[in-house]
Amino acid sequence: MPLEYYLVLSALLFTIGVVGVLVRRNAIIIFMCIELMLNAANLAFVAISRSLGEASGQVFVIFVMAVAAAEVAIGLAIIVSVFKHQQTINVDEVNSLKG
Amino acid sequence: MNPEQILFFLFGAVSLIGAIAVISFRHPIYSALSLIVTFFAQAGLFILLGAHFVAAVQVIVYAGAIMVLFLFVIMLLNLGTLSAKGAITGKLKGFAVILGILLAVEGVYIAVKGTKPGDPAVASAETATESVNTTTYSIGELLFDEYLLPFEVTSLILLAALIGVIVLVKRETQEEN
Amino acid sequence: MENMPLLVSIIISIVKILIIVHLLLVGVMIMIWAERRVSGWMQDRLGPNRVGPQGLLQPVADGLKFMFKEDLIPDHVDKPLYVLAPAMLLVPALVVVAVVPFGSSITLFGYEIPLQIADINIGILYILAITSLGVYGVVLGAWASNNKYSLLGGLRSSAQMISYELTLGLGIIGILMLTGNTLSLRTIAIEQGAYPWHWNFLIHFPAFLAFTTAMFAETNRLPFDLAEAEQELVAGYHTEYSSMKFAMFFMAEYMNMIVGSAVTVTLFLGGWHFFGLENVGGPVWSGLISFGIFFVKTAIFLFVFIWVRWTLPRFRYDQLMNFGWKFLLPVALTSIVVTGTLWITTGSRLVVGIGNVVAAFIVVSIVAGLLVMSTPKPAIQESDNQLAPTVLDAIE
Repeated sequence: MPLEYYLVLSALLFTIGVVGVLVRRNAIIIFMCIELMLNAANLAFVAISRSLGEASGQVFVIFVMAVAAAEVAIGLAIIVSVFKHQQTINVDEVNSLKG
Repeated sequence: MNPEQILFFLFGAVSLIGAIAVISFRHPIYSALSLIVTFFAQAGLFILLGAHFVAAVQVIVYAGAIMVLFLFVIMLLNLGTLSAKGAITGKLKGFAVILGILLAVEGVYIAVKGTKPGDPAVASAETATESVNTTTYSIGELLFDEYLLPFEVTSLILLAALIGVIVLVKRETQEEN
Repeated sequence: MENMPLLVSIIISIVKILIIVHLLLVGVMIMIWAERRVSGWMQDRLGPNRVGPQGLLQPVADGLKFMFKEDLIPDHVDKPLYVLAPAMLLVPALVVVAVVPFGSSITLFGYEIPLQIADINIGILYILAITSLGVYGVVLGAWASNNKYSLLGGLRSSAQMISYELTLGLGIIGILMLTGNTLSLRTIAIEQGAYPWHWNFLIHFPAFLAFTTAMFAETNRLPFDLAEAEQELVAGYHTEYSSMKFAMFFMAEYMNMIVGSAVTVTLFLGGWHFFGLENVGGPVWSGLISFGIFFVKTAIFLFVFIWVRWTLPRFRYDQLMNFGWKFLLPVALTSIVVTGTLWITTGSRLVVGIGNVVAAFIVVSIVAGLLVMSTPKPAIQESDNQLAPTVLDAIE
């Protein structure tokens, strides 16, 4: 399987993630789209890692996953606190700096 | 078509459909489930690429922990009922989709053109499967030898996230009580 | 398996899969019978004894009854997920078994057949990955039922699973450090050798206890069955289920128990080894005997499951979280540190074993002391806000 196929797939997945962030207004779904983009990057990492014949690409994927886990924990905590304050997680309605 | 190609197109199609479903479903729970399907298809792709360890970690971390948290928060806040107008409409949406298509074309162009047949990377793509020894052992060796500092920094990030989350949510509950 | 034709290996795999899946299904039936009979025996009553000899056909009768019941789908449920949820619980339970080695190997028609469906290099990670998926069936079933008791059960279950999964994973790491460069379950079973004093449960005794406890929590068995606590939540996540859908939840629970026991036996209790008995007899008999030893060990462990059910009362929710995060997790973590340090410095399994027990004892005393000193406040449980911090910690 040539490398380009994986890279094209990764690019498409990333784009879907970007479009999701642009189109959807629900904070949780936007968050899922960010995960999708991270995953697309992971796919490119692993594909290139195999094509170069060394494992460091996979090590980076592990780092990305660890950071993604940290990010999800923080992000969901923020979403929960925003929801408690404003009873909504529509990002267009959550626009004031002062709660 | 050899089995690897069939599997690639199968997993690729599933992950793309799942990804599109994530942004089209109205209800967050269905979006989350589609995202899990995408993650699984990606784990399959990782196995095709010979990255078994990464595939297993993908399922453990993403499907097993992160998405459970998403579901937990969706259920806890009961988000399904109130986010009826989950998407923007009209011209803005069209604009976003056009931008997305542009980005996709750009990405595909780079992916195809950026890897010219002359590149050593592409040249070895077919033969590399044997040469790259990506067992769990070799990843562990890299992680604890060459990448020891990034590894430790990652653990610091996780610790910071842990403390941050506790502070974020604890303060809220104390104010309310 | 390398030197056999593709067709032969495919046929062998299919036959093995069929045998093992059917063994599991029969095992579930026997477990249902055994659970009721053993419960009866422990409570000094008889238990089911009318259908067939000793009531052995009772599960068959139950199964028939389930099939002929009306398959009711309530109006207020979220239909696709409601139908999907039981399958999402049952499938992971069935699939995990693929990497568990049931015995050494049988030589038939000149081919050596290992008694295992797939000996993959990441065996343990595969088990952790698949068991972590079991929670979706519970959570989605609970949410799709659109019923507050079910939802509460699902919330409890997701928090519990995430918390105890950590201990499950960390408990294994000590074993991996002392096993060669592989995560394959077969290698781990082989390296433990024939004699009980070489088995992992003695070397990693605290990790063994932590792992087993986490296993109980992952299978939603008493004392960890908060997701379906009858006295509080009607029937928890499967309140709205009836007929075969309920039966699938039921089967998944027992299947999880069987597979969990099999995994524990493989990792900690020496797999199919028992004083060299597994090498007696010819190439066929030794394989069958090793399978028999494995079966007996698993059965004994399953008996412990039932025994514990009628010995310990259910935890309260805050007790559950405290126990998981403040006792099990530190014990598992200490076990990793101590095993690593002692193994590098002394290289003796005896020292590692003793050090593990001593360290775990010290850690538990320290934690208990801290808990006693920090004036225990009764946990507030009237609002669901209390759940959020506990679970958001869990991502770590």
